[in-house]
Amino acid sequence: MPKLLTISPVTRIEGHAKITIQLDDNGDVLDARFHVNEFRGFEKFCEGRLLWEMPGITSRTCGICPASHMLTASKAGDEILAVSIPETAEKLRRLGTLAQWLQSHALSFFHLSSPDFILGFDSDPAKRNVFGLMEADKEFARRGIRLRKFGQEIIQILGGRRVHSTLAVPGGVRDPLEPEKRDYILSGIPEAKETTLLALEVLKKIHLKFAKEIPEFGNFRTLMVGLVSKDGGLEYYDGGLRIQDGNGNTIADHLDPRHYSDYFGEAAEPWSYMKFPYYKPLDYPGGMYRVGPLARVNICDYIETPLAEAERKLFKSLGGSVGVANNSFYYHYARLIEILFAVEKIELLLCDPTITGTHTRATAGVNRLDGVGCTEAPRGVLFHQYTVDGDGVLQKVNLIIATAQNNIAMNRTVKQIAAHFIDGSKGKVTEGMLNRVEAGIRCYDPCLSCSTHASGQMPMHVQMVGPDNELLDEVWR
Amino acid sequence: MTKPRVATAWLSGCSGCHMSFLDIDEGLFELADKIDLVYSPIADVKDFPQNVDVTLVEGAVTNSENEELAHTIRKNSRIVIAFGDCASTGNVSAMRNRFTVDEIERRAYIELTDRNPKVPNAYEIIATLMKKALPLHEVIPVDLFLHGCPPSAEEIWLAVTELLAGRTPVLPSAYLRFG
Ligand code: SF4
Repeated sequence: MPKLLTISPVTRIEGHAKITIQLDDNGDVLDARFHVNEFRGFEKFCEGRLLWEMPGITSRTCGICPASHMLTASKAGDEILAVSIPETAEKLRRLGTLAQWLQSHALSFFHLSSPDFILGFDSDPAKRNVFGLMEADKEFARRGIRLRKFGQEIIQILGGRRVHSTLAVPGGVRDPLEPEKRDYILSGIPEAKETTLLALEVLKKIHLKFAKEIPEFGNFRTLMVGLVSKDGGLEYYDGGLRIQDGNGNTIADHLDPRHYSDYFGEAAEPWSYMKFPYYKPLDYPGGMYRVGPLARVNICDYIETPLAEAERKLFKSLGGSVGVANNSFYYHYARLIEILFAVEKIELLLCDPTITGTHTRATAGVNRLDGVGCTEAPRGVLFHQYTVDGDGVLQKVNLIIATAQNNIAMNRTVKQIAAHFIDGSKGKVTEGMLNRVEAGIRCYDPCLSCSTHASGQMPMHVQMVGPDNELLDEVWR
Repeated sequence: MTKPRVATAWLSGCSGCHMSFLDIDEGLFELADKIDLVYSPIADVKDFPQNVDVTLVEGAVTNSENEELAHTIRKNSRIVIAFGDCASTGNVSAMRNRFTVDEIERRAYIELTDRNPKVPNAYEIIATLMKKALPLHEVIPVDLFLHGCPPSAEEIWLAVTELLAGRTPVLPSAYLRFG
C-alpha cells in the first residue's frame, strides 16, 4: 500500500500550491506532484470587456509581474490597431520591461530564496524568511530591499504607481519621460550594479556550499524556449522564438510569436488547476520545455552589455561539453545575470537622447480583429491573444503564461528532489527534507496567480500514513 | 515586552497588495522592531497561529480553502483588515461572477486544451470553486477596510502604525479610493 506525504502550502513562492509525495512499501519515492490550487478565470471573464481595458485588467493576474501583462496586452492591442508605435514609446516600454525583470528577480533572490541559502535549508522555519534574513545579515538584506525598490521606482516613474502601473496602452505609452526623472533613475545605477555584483559573489559561494545538493535540483535535459534578437542576442521585448534541445542544438529559430499556437499546445490534468503547455512536435508530455532566465541565458548567442556577457560565458561553462547549464538550480544564477543585464541596459536606454521624446502614442481604431502580443516576462515568454469585434469588444481571450510552461519540468524536479532527499523507510520525515523539495520549486520562481490566473494560501500539515491508514509521522509548521 | 503579533494572508488575489506591503522598503526594518510577523505567504509558518493581534487579508473568497482559512483567521485574530479592493469588494477576482463556474472552467480546460481536455476535479487534493467570488465581509466580520488596488505602501504604513499605537486609524481622504 503506497503512502502519501502532502506539503501544503508551498511557501515563499507567489501563489497557492501543494506537493504530494507517494512512497511505496519500502519508503522509496514512487511519484511526486506539484498541485496548483486555485483558478480565477480571466480567459472567460475578459470576454465582453474593451480592448483598451486589457492592460489594466490583465495586470491584476499578478502583483509581482503586472508590468509584463500590461506590456503584452498593449502589444496585442498594437496588432489590432495595426499601428507601429513611436520610437520613444518602444524605448520606454523596453525600459518598463527591464525594470519589471529587475524588481521581480530581486524579490525572488533576496526576499524569497536567499533565506534558504543564508540561514540554511534546515534552519528554524519560524525565522526562515526575509525578516530572519534582516536579522542575520542586515546589510545584505538592506541591499536586496533597495535593489527591488529601484526597479519599483522606475515603474512608478514611468507609469504613475509601483503595482499596477499604467505605463503602456495600445498604440504606445501614456506619458513621456521627463529629463529630471531620467537623471534620477541614472543616479541609482551605480548602487544597483554594485549590489548585483555582490549578489553574484554570494551566489558563487552558495554553489560551493551546496555542491552536494545542487546536482539533484532539477538536473535533466529539456527543450528550452525563449525570444532572441535578429542576430541571436538575449531579447526581452520583441524578436523571434528560439527552441533548443538539452544538448544545445537549435531545432527551430526566429519563429514568429504570432503563430505560437502552431508550436505549443496545452494539456489539462485532474489534479492541478495549472495547465501543462507542451511543444507540439514532441506531443504531451514528451514536449516538456523550460522557459525563463535559465532558458534565455542558455539559448542566446550573446548578451549585448559587457558585465552580463562576461558572466554569461562563465554560466555556459557550467554546462560541460555541451555547454548547456541544464540544472534548474542555475535559474538563480541566470536570474542574477539578467539583473546585471537589466541594470546595464537601463543605463544605455536612458543615455539615448530619444528616450525623453514627447511623441509617445500612435492612435487608430480597430483595424484587425485578432492580435497576439508577446514579451519575455521575468519568468519566461508570455503570450496574450485577443479576438475582438469591430468596436474592440473582446470576443475570445487566450493567455499562455510563463510559469505554466515550466509545469511539466517543475513536476519532474519535485520528483527528483524527493527521490533523493526523502527516505521514508525509517518512518521519519524531517521538515528540512520537505523544505528542500519546496526549494526546488522556488528555483523556478513560479508565479501561480499568473499561471492559473489565481492565488491563495493555507496551512501546512504533512502526514505520513501507513498501509492501514495509521499515522506513522506528522509534521506541522 | 512582547511585540504585537501580526499576520498577513492571501486568499484569491494577485499578490499585488502583498507587494505593496513590501514596498514599505527600508521601513520593513522599523516594522521588524515593532512586530512579530507570525504568519505570511512570504514566511514558512504554515499553520495559522492562535492569538494574532492584527491580520491583513488580501483577496476575495472564491473557493473552499479560502473560506476555511477566512474562518480560522477570524477565530484567531483580534483585528481583521480587508486588505485591498479584492477583499473589500471582490474587485477583479469577482469579475467571474457574470459567468457560471462551469462556463469559466470550460473555457480554460476544455476549449483551450488539446490534450486531456478535462476540468480538474481531484477535489481530495485541490480546492472546489464557490459559485460566486465574495468580498471578505460576506464571509466573516471585518474590522477595517484598506482600499486600493493595491493600497499604497504609505496607506498600509499609516494603518498598521496607528493600530500598533493603540489608535483606530483615520485615513485621510486621499487614501479613500478604489482602484
Ligand atoms: S486588490 Fe488589486 S492588487 Fe490587491 S489582490 Fe486584488 S487585484 Fe491584486
